[in-house]
Amino acid sequence: MRPVGVGAPLSVDIEEKTFNSAEGVTIAALSNLSFEVRPGEFACLLGPSGCGKTTTLRILLGLDRDFAGSFSLPEGGADRVAAVFQEPTLLPWRTVEQNIRLALPKERRNADLEWLFSSLGLGSMRTLFPGELSVGLARRVAIARAFATEPAMLFLDEPFVSLDEATAERLRYMLLSVWSSRPTTVLMVTHNLREAIMLSDRIVVLSPRPAHVRGIFDIKLPRQYRNPQIMSDLLRSFHVRFPDVN
Amino acid sequence: MTARDTGLLGLDRSAKVRTFRWPGATAKSAPFLASAGSLLVLLALWALAATLWPSRALPPPVEVWHMLVRETASGDLPFHLAATLGRVAAAFVLSMVIGSVIGFLLGVNRRADQFFNPWVVLFLNIPALVIIVLAYIWFGLNETAAIGAVALNKIPNVIVTIREGARALDPRYAEMAFVYRLSPLDRLRHIILPQLQPYLAAASRSGIALIWKIVLIVEFLGRSNGVGFQIHLYFQLFDVAAILAYALSFVALMLLIELFLVQPFERHATRWRRRAA
Repeated sequence: MRPVGVGAPLSVDIEEKTFNSAEGVTIAALSNLSFEVRPGEFACLLGPSGCGKTTTLRILLGLDRDFAGSFSLPEGGADRVAAVFQEPTLLPWRTVEQNIRLALPKERRNADLEWLFSSLGLGSMRTLFPGELSVGLARRVAIARAFATEPAMLFLDEPFVSLDEATAERLRYMLLSVWSSRPTTVLMVTHNLREAIMLSDRIVVLSPRPAHVRGIFDIKLPRQYRNPQIMSDLLRSFHVRFPDVN
Repeated sequence: MTARDTGLLGLDRSAKVRTFRWPGATAKSAPFLASAGSLLVLLALWALAATLWPSRALPPPVEVWHMLVRETASGDLPFHLAATLGRVAAAFVLSMVIGSVIGFLLGVNRRADQFFNPWVVLFLNIPALVIIVLAYIWFGLNETAAIGAVALNKIPNVIVTIREGARALDPRYAEMAFVYRLSPLDRLRHIILPQLQPYLAAASRSGIALIWKIVLIVEFLGRSNGVGFQIHLYFQLFDVAAILAYALSFVALMLLIELFLVQPFERHATRWRRRAA
């Protein structure tokens, strides 16, 4: 395995991204959006709904090339990108295990994924089809697929949205445990401030549309020390810096 | 009034029974027995009609059966069945492959579709007979012209069906494939073909039925073997029993293919759907 956490950061410098609505009106989605994520860091892109977070992610994933500006992925990130979309986007006609292995490059298709299955609690689900899974389980499979590729850059697009809080919380812990055993640079989109404070090293706070960076909130404290008491302290200091973000 | 007649209660009960029945047991053989019984009734009606109005034009089933046995024993029937089946298979594969490729390209490329759509409509509406006659005139009375003409009749149908399928492809799967750098072959095998599967099934279902009927016309008009040629021969001899023997044996053959080849394959291809929670 190649060492991760060294070399160039993820650096984003999007000057402008516009959409043309059906009525022919031009809507600016992003304007002068620039930030960096250091290698090996877990960063969150926090902003109000509809501010252009997912748009940013689509640009970084190479799914949307119609924008002005530039970005560079961390070293090795060009072909080792992984993503967890808002929808799990599993192939319904392939089993859980086939879905995960399909994302791997040909020469690694038979890699040992036991650690991944067990840490995400998917051991007994391998032969099931996605239609037989609950929403929470399908999300776990999508997370497993992303980590199986041992990405140099991982993008998460609100992976815990529309789950009940208990399930979401369990999944956050699972994500953290997988990520700490295979650290990689992560950029996660969310509008849940608590989630961002629990998971990330750095929160990039976005303004409403057209999105630009309002400020960076770095959390130096290691995750294992972030107990409820400390998290509410962090939350308070976040609100002091960004009073109108909820 | 029994529980079966009552709305909700009856529904609940039958649903329960179905869940607990072992697959492959009575649940499957019942519809099979029903269709067998229905066919027997048809046979009985035919026998009755042939007895009530005896005529050369409508031989009784027994006579057709004797003819079938005689032709099978002489080896004529298997030979001509094989010839026809070979043509059906060749035309089927040819039209499915060519039609699917063109249909897919038109489905994903709107400008190409706009340009070629009138061609598709044109070929869709040319009568099979015209294509066959023209193929024989232009390319001679040979196997290539025969199979080509049949395939050409079917290709527009395949194009139209697969084009719909290609238009309905879910872009999210393509994006997933792009992010994870799936190879073109993997995309075809794991992303595109499974999404096109229902459309491919529909095209091949209607395809086999259409193709074998057209193959008979092709053989009738310009081949020296096959079921169509034999029907032509017995038509001139006014031997209705032989005509029916050949036609029915080929129908039976297609039924067997449907039962033991097409349906098991479809069950396999859609297993993920039946198991869905």
